[in-house]
Amino acid sequence: MKFRIYRYNPDTDAKPYVQEYELTDIEPGMMLLAALLQIKDTQDESLSFRRSCGEGVCGSDGMNINGINGLACITPLSDLKEPVDVRPLPGLPVIRDLIVDMDQFYQNYRDIKPYLIVNDPMPEVELPQTPEQRERLDGLYECILCACCSTQCPSFWWNPDKYLGPAALLQASRFIEDSRDQATEERLAHLEGPFKLFRCHTIMNCVQVCPKGLNPTKAINDIKKMMVKRSL
Amino acid sequence: MDIPRRQFDSLIIGAGGGGLRAALQLSNADASVAVVSKVFPTRSHTVAAQGGMNAALANVLPDNWHWHMFDTVKGSDYLGDQDAIEYMCRAAPKAVYELEHFGVPFSRLDNGRIYQRPFGGQSQNFGGDQAARTCAAADRTGHAILHSLYQQNIRAKTHFFDEYFAVDLLKDDEGYVLGALAFNIHNGEPVLIEAKTTLLATGGAGQIFRTTTNALINTGDGMAMALRAGVPLMDMEFFQFHPTGIAGRGMLITEGARGEGGYLVNADGERLMERYAPKAKDLASRDVVSRSIAIEVREGRGCGPNKDHVMLKLDHLGEDVIQKRLPGIRQTCITFLGIDPAEAPIPIFPTLHYTMGGIPTNRFGQVVVPVKDTPEEPVPGLYAAGECACVSVHGANRLGGNSLLDILVFGRAAANHIIDYLKENHHHRAMNDSSLESAVARMQRWDNNGSGDGETISDLRNELKTVMEEHCSVFRNDEVLGEGVTKVEQLVERFKNARISDHSDVFNTARVEALELENMMGVALATIESAYARKESRGAHSRTDYTERDDKNWMRHSLYSFEAGVDYKPVRTKPMSVDSFPPKARVY
Repeated sequence: MKFRIYRYNPDTDAKPYVQEYELTDIEPGMMLLAALLQIKDTQDESLSFRRSCGEGVCGSDGMNINGINGLACITPLSDLKEPVDVRPLPGLPVIRDLIVDMDQFYQNYRDIKPYLIVNDPMPEVELPQTPEQRERLDGLYECILCACCSTQCPSFWWNPDKYLGPAALLQASRFIEDSRDQATEERLAHLEGPFKLFRCHTIMNCVQVCPKGLNPTKAINDIKKMMVKRSL
Repeated sequence: MDIPRRQFDSLIIGAGGGGLRAALQLSNADASVAVVSKVFPTRSHTVAAQGGMNAALANVLPDNWHWHMFDTVKGSDYLGDQDAIEYMCRAAPKAVYELEHFGVPFSRLDNGRIYQRPFGGQSQNFGGDQAARTCAAADRTGHAILHSLYQQNIRAKTHFFDEYFAVDLLKDDEGYVLGALAFNIHNGEPVLIEAKTTLLATGGAGQIFRTTTNALINTGDGMAMALRAGVPLMDMEFFQFHPTGIAGRGMLITEGARGEGGYLVNADGERLMERYAPKAKDLASRDVVSRSIAIEVREGRGCGPNKDHVMLKLDHLGEDVIQKRLPGIRQTCITFLGIDPAEAPIPIFPTLHYTMGGIPTNRFGQVVVPVKDTPEEPVPGLYAAGECACVSVHGANRLGGNSLLDILVFGRAAANHIIDYLKENHHHRAMNDSSLESAVARMQRWDNNGSGDGETISDLRNELKTVMEEHCSVFRNDEVLGEGVTKVEQLVERFKNARISDHSDVFNTARVEALELENMMGVALATIESAYARKESRGAHSRTDYTERDDKNWMRHSLYSFEAGVDYKPVRTKPMSVDSFPPKARVY
């Protein structure tokens, strides 16, 4: 199987280039991460990428695969057209090869105050929450911060420092929707203005690429509706 | 070499659940904290924990901490330290409530309280009916906990050194640990982090085996750093094989799958656990279930063309239960096997999962070593918590749901002890240059190792993992272990000539992998040497040549050090306040 992989090391390369690799030993059910590890182990130690859990829960190995962002560890080779084009996530600065600088992405995450805010004194046991209230967090809390969604979003590409992007907004929704959280008003007020939230133009790339099957566009629209209600 | 220095009250190495829980406690107490992690915190392996966290909340069935303590002592095959186990089980409910207050989205019961499910090895009333003690956020409990803890650390403004690799601990002549040398993986620049206390929270070492549920980052870095600093590793022969890894692949299928009513069947369609654990059946403890599966396969009752696995059946639970309680493993099965467990059984086989042994600590998280006649003398300034530590609450076999509990309870306990320590130790001690020099040498070794004919890191690593799998697996004996020891020793020798070809300063993962392999070598040696020396069967350590537990000679902890080889210390059988649980035959 043939691979065309984006290479760039600022130490030695004047500019990025594409390097071709070929693997002959493809096992049934093999994922792209296994192929990358095999290339690194047997052909080219210098090929650089992040990886950790290998099963789609840690969010380390987001990359652009044949033009679409995804996690290498849960992308089966059998689904991919040859040669497989592997590039770093678009829209963030490349550190080396498939590794991008995620600072802006994390900064946007921190911007929405991604933690439960409760102003009342805490009980000595758990805060109560009904199964129905808890269900409202399904589809929101499962985000693994892999950045596949935000870096496939044209609005984020244009204004990564002003538009928060689908991942951060999904987290904003996760706390707005949490029946235990007492900062809804501040959270909504914080998202006011033309950029942070409203730069979402419902392009829905985020929904298409989310490896966890989440729907950031819906979360963003739910926040937008609350904003409208709030302004009335 | 002029290395930039940073000073903090407390250094934490590792940003999984244990490290982050400690960091939060320290930040909340206004200590200055540096957290060094080789990956961004939410990539740590805690994120992969599925089934849940034990605490006697009694939200579903009657429960109390003392029953939890009994189950944990029994589960440990009486190698756990009962003072630490009492402490952990008493602290468990509070640890869960704290997490809930931090925002963890636990699943809920109709009355609004936290959902709890049955897990293996749990009982009511000291060995009676099955208990339901495991607090869960669907089957993504580790993810929910790790993200919430990271979020709380954002609120508390903890100082993170993300994607920094810790090389070695730094000590002075009096034995105080004064911080660590690390480098920034992004640009290769070293930094010397001086701290009055250093907490190792680097997780397990499952990567020393070929097939494992563990993340690729689980290379035992903190354990190896401790070994090199002269701290022996404790009970390293006890590695847990999780009964239900996906056969041949290793992805974890949570014990919660059996807790929700799933069960194992062999090629004849029999519920195999009825043979081995008539009462607890599929919810016997993990060592028992793993051995049972291995025996079924060995005796020819395995499934598939090669008869090399058994099946985990869930389809009778119905799609609703599976989607609500086990959505993550459903997705994993669909992704990796093309099998929907709501429709067809899952092929499974015991897979290496958890490091029971580790850096010896007391229940305050202080690292303790034998000094002359004292078996447990604290190393000043050094702490450990979580999977890299051995308190020991898991002894020879950990119960499912006790690992998340361990990291949270002892991450917090270590931080509390550190806070007290800082009150009495206001100043940084002067740094000793000799320990710095060896750390720098270790790091620089890979910068210019020529283009000689040394072996590659990946070849040596693959061989090590294969040797460990073949020589230190579910069933062990003298001959196989003895050969394994020789092979690992040879690998350690060969590693001295290993080379890498990538000498870039920018995000050099080849160098990181070389340093990790050095760590894995040390941990593997400790593991197989300790296993070779222990001539009995206890918990996860099953010897075909010594099939019985031998409390008279072997109810003691192993300690392995580079300097002295294998030594032993007694088990702390006296709890804090209740009567001790004397060893009994372990029947489920």
